Amino acid sequence: MRILVNEEPRDIATATLAGLLDELGYGDARVATAVNGAFVPAARRGSLTLDEGARVEILAPMQGG
Amino acid sequence: MLFYGAELSSRLMLGTAQYPSPEILADSVRAAQAGVVTVSLRRESIGSRAGQAFWSLIRDLGVPVLPNTAGCHTVKEAVTTAHMAREVFETDWIKLEVIGESDTLQPDMFALVEAARILSEDGFKVFPYMTEDLVGAERLMRAGCQVLMPWGAPIGSGKGLNNVFGLRALRAHFPDVPLVVDAGIGLPSHAAQAMELGYDAVLINTAVAQAGDPARMAMAFRLAVEAGLIARAADPMEQRDMAVPSTPVLGRAVLA
Repeated sequence: MRILVNEEPRDIATATLAGLLDELGYGDARVATAVNGAFVPAARRGSLTLDEGARVEILAPMQGG
Repeated sequence: MLFYGAELSSRLMLGTAQYPSPEILADSVRAAQAGVVTVSLRRESIGSRAGQAFWSLIRDLGVPVLPNTAGCHTVKEAVTTAHMAREVFETDWIKLEVIGESDTLQPDMFALVEAARILSEDGFKVFPYMTEDLVGAERLMRAGCQVLMPWGAPIGSGKGLNNVFGLRALRAHFPDVPLVVDAGIGLPSHAAQAMELGYDAVLINTAVAQAGDPARMAMAFRLAVEAGLIARAADPMEQRDMAVPSTPVLGRAVLA
């Protein structure tokens, strides 16, 4: 299945958002996620299934003003 | 002065962006004795652990964090970013930025009020980055904000307090609301001026991060903020248009 992760096309084997984070090697990294523009809390990542063409955003802590 | 019920250890809020290195950032936060540091959320390349290293550095500094929604241009973007920030940084504080104009990074006050209302209803403690507009300030208060953060000048411009009259009016209209000058401050003297006007805190980033010696500049800002705060409490004299001799006139010799 092909989806977009931070606007980059990516073929993935998993069906869930939690599976995607594992597949990409995020492990226990502190990140926040959104799918198709909507926030997905960490607790819902395991049950959220990704559809073909889903737009996933994975954001990490960063410097800010 | 309490910010959503919290007493800050200092009135200097410091941004964490644009420092030459993580070490210099840490040195600057310590030299500033910052009461709050601002942070954000961004994409990072897969496999990079830069975000995790940054977060670990910030946690070790032990300073309360204020996440921002920098770069958001719509209510939806800002609200979604705020939710993501609340989860990652484990705080319900949010520096709400909704940018309306790209050249000046001027806040979109209409979208700001709407986003502030949605977030306040959802339990966020909103620190709105705003213009010094009095009516906008009133609307933000009604939307649930208990802190206001007017700009001094456009973000990163270093021009200081562009509209002293407007900032003074805001202070006068909202005597009991914590007010923070956010953005545009370039020099410690600008920060001191904001505090002398009765502002409760200032938020600085570029002026420290882009100085030749950021940690030393951070110390200068700490001293300026403290000086301004004490000066305000000491009740400054009124300005006069004409000179008034300070040395007593009485007893002056006649030598002509």
